[in-house]
Amino acid sequence: MTRLAVPKTYKLYINGAFPRSESGRTFEVRRADGGFLANAAKASRKDARDAIVAARGAVASWSGATAYNRGQVLYRIAELLEGRRAQFIAEIEEAEGVSRVAAAAQVDESIDRWVWYAGWADKFAQVAGNANPVAGPYFNISVPEPTGVVAIIAPQDSSLLGFVSAVAPALVAGNSVVVVASERYPLSAISLAEVLATSDVPKGVVNVLTGAPSEIAPWLASHADVNAIDLVGAGDLDWISLEIEAADTLKRVLRPESGSDAAAPALGRISAFTETKTVWHTKSLR
Amino acid sequence: MSFLEYAPAPESRAILSLRDHYGLFIDGEFVDGRGTPFQTISPATEERIAEIANANEADVADAVAAARRAYDRTWSRMSGRDRGKYLFRIARLVQERARELAVAESLDNGKPIKESRDVDVPLVAAWFFYYAGWADKLDHAGLGANPRALGVAAQVIPWNFPLLMLAWKIAPALAAGNTVVLKPAETTPLSALIFAEILQQAELPPGVVNIITGAGDTGAALVSHEGVDKVAFTGSTAVGRAIAKQVAGTDKKVTLELGGKAANIVFDDAPIDQAIEGIVNGIFFNQGHVCCAGSRLLVQENIHDEVVERLKLRLSTLRLGDPLDKNTDIGAINSREQLERIRELSDVGVAEGAERWSAPCEIPENGFWYAPTIFTNVQTSSRIAREEIFGPVLSVLTFRTPGEAIAKANNTPYGLSAGIWTDKGSRILAVADQLRAGVVWANTFNRFDPSSPFGGYKESGYGREGGRHGLAAYLSPAPIGQAATRPSLAGPATTKPIESADAAPKRARRAATTKGSKR
Repeated sequence: MTRLAVPKTYKLYINGAFPRSESGRTFEVRRADGGFLANAAKASRKDARDAIVAARGAVASWSGATAYNRGQVLYRIAELLEGRRAQFIAEIEEAEGVSRVAAAAQVDESIDRWVWYAGWADKFAQVAGNANPVAGPYFNISVPEPTGVVAIIAPQDSSLLGFVSAVAPALVAGNSVVVVASERYPLSAISLAEVLATSDVPKGVVNVLTGAPSEIAPWLASHADVNAIDLVGAGDLDWISLEIEAADTLKRVLRPESGSDAAAPALGRISAFTETKTVWHTKSLR
Repeated sequence: MSFLEYAPAPESRAILSLRDHYGLFIDGEFVDGRGTPFQTISPATEERIAEIANANEADVADAVAAARRAYDRTWSRMSGRDRGKYLFRIARLVQERARELAVAESLDNGKPIKESRDVDVPLVAAWFFYYAGWADKLDHAGLGANPRALGVAAQVIPWNFPLLMLAWKIAPALAAGNTVVLKPAETTPLSALIFAEILQQAELPPGVVNIITGAGDTGAALVSHEGVDKVAFTGSTAVGRAIAKQVAGTDKKVTLELGGKAANIVFDDAPIDQAIEGIVNGIFFNQGHVCCAGSRLLVQENIHDEVVERLKLRLSTLRLGDPLDKNTDIGAINSREQLERIRELSDVGVAEGAERWSAPCEIPENGFWYAPTIFTNVQTSSRIAREEIFGPVLSVLTFRTPGEAIAKANNTPYGLSAGIWTDKGSRILAVADQLRAGVVWANTFNRFDPSSPFGGYKESGYGREGGRHGLAAYLSPAPIGQAATRPSLAGPATTKPIESADAAPKRARRAATTKGSKR
């Protein structure tokens, strides 16, 4: 006798909670063969703004945590993801219609990316910063600091790996993020949010919106409290207009990427969302 | 004569051998511009100095084409060692002609000769000397082995440090292997044109550096030119925004050094004598025409009255006048337009209820002048506490706790620089950590060095100038898989350097939305 399954309600992830869209809207997510999978929340402008407020509120604590601590938290995400490996493989198989092997490879690579970036947390400042030998009696040092609130349009052709590849590097330096998940494959992003919610990631550090990127992205690009926008998954949107909107508040912009190399692991993805601060201090024996 | 009065001690202009007319410096030669020429004047006397050519769109295209040819045929094929030698030559020539450059700068810009002579020009030489040594060491710049030059760099610079900003732009660009088209500000083209003569003396290959003069439309034509791979701009946040919009969707890399409204925070345990000097240097250096000027003084409440009193005393001893006089502390405001802006914002300050005090000094009859001015009783919401005045005007605000000081310092869309004055080292480091600013000076202010990265957070722009970080603004990593193939020379890139695997779709998209090809 087969057991009747208990399907999950997929909602947004904002400020550590899982609200429905304030608009009350949902959209149908279908499996690769066309069958019904779930109704995902369709985020609105108001949801995006709530997410930005949450992200801004989380900047101080996350960027103020020690690098060692951030590294441990990011590593813990990998640990918990590993524990739910089977769930994510099944989810990806259903959503993308790929083989179990391909789905497993995607999950494993996602886990390993968290591990890789976790290890950078207490090292990238040593690589990206340096002491400067100025011509005078001054101590002078340059260090990278987080840019602040980063909006991300996640890669659209991937359930989990694209999302992780874009989000993890932005978190390393201490940024908070608002991510618009893949419109076609949004469910794994919300399942990942459940992992984040139980991984000691402070609330508000990662906020996940599902829905239509074409609708949400312009609000993120123009919002004055967003410091940077990663358009990695915006290749099919009018991303040039988004870049123009972002220029009004001089946001740092990463442009779209595509293919399997999109958002490939790189130190450059960490430093893209950092600011170099240089501190001068007088030296004197008196 | 009281002890504060000095006999005139003007620096001689005889060291200058100026031409009556300057052309555009394109492909190693001075050529006529096709726009309507303009006059450059001394802001201290309003006397004409020389006629300057005006580059129109065709001239811009010629300059970019010259830079492209020089990049393809010469500069990108040259070894880093030889590029470095050219930069060393330039550094030495700047030192040799230092006094001439300083006099020209003070004449054209209005800044005191003691600043152009002791700060601007020595830093120019230092900048070229520093980056010269990088040219054959790019593998260590932080982008992995064998990083690539970007190509042709379009550089637009402001009038506040004409020659120094030129050095900040040209030195790292050339060291990294790029060629350059640079546009100096309309009101201060003179030192850049003398610099062009220095390039001729250095026998820099034609087209590697092109200097075109003109106003905003020339600059706009330059940054929007399709043959440009990199845009570097220093100037107002408004123009910076326009540039960021203009390059959206292209492959151009951009660095922007924009406005600021720096907080200079003085705690009650600060070494007060040094702090007073630092406050004065922070906002009255170069007439306050400094993007990183400490224009908001945040002083701890219990020492507010003492600090303001001593500031007024100190400002009363500053000498305003002839920029070429070696005893001058405060020179001329760079232009009538800028003077109007300073007056206007200053009047707004009064209208908004702040108290204005100006140093009692004699204002010369001709030229553009503004006495050092302090505003007290300034509200954080006042325009003089929020907008960049870019003049010798200081707004004084108070705070009680370090937390309040940090909150007020960060309460601005800008984030270029900040200052901290206290005797307590641990507090300096903790406050420096919390300030959202690219440069933080502790118990000092307005220090610059070629090895020290400079640049802003937030709406003060992005990218860094100076140091290893400044070099990275003119390089891209080797294409994936090619980093190990040619380990030493930053030699010719046979294909256009690409940053990552996304370059192809980006370009396809760009081709669909903009006209023509870049080459």
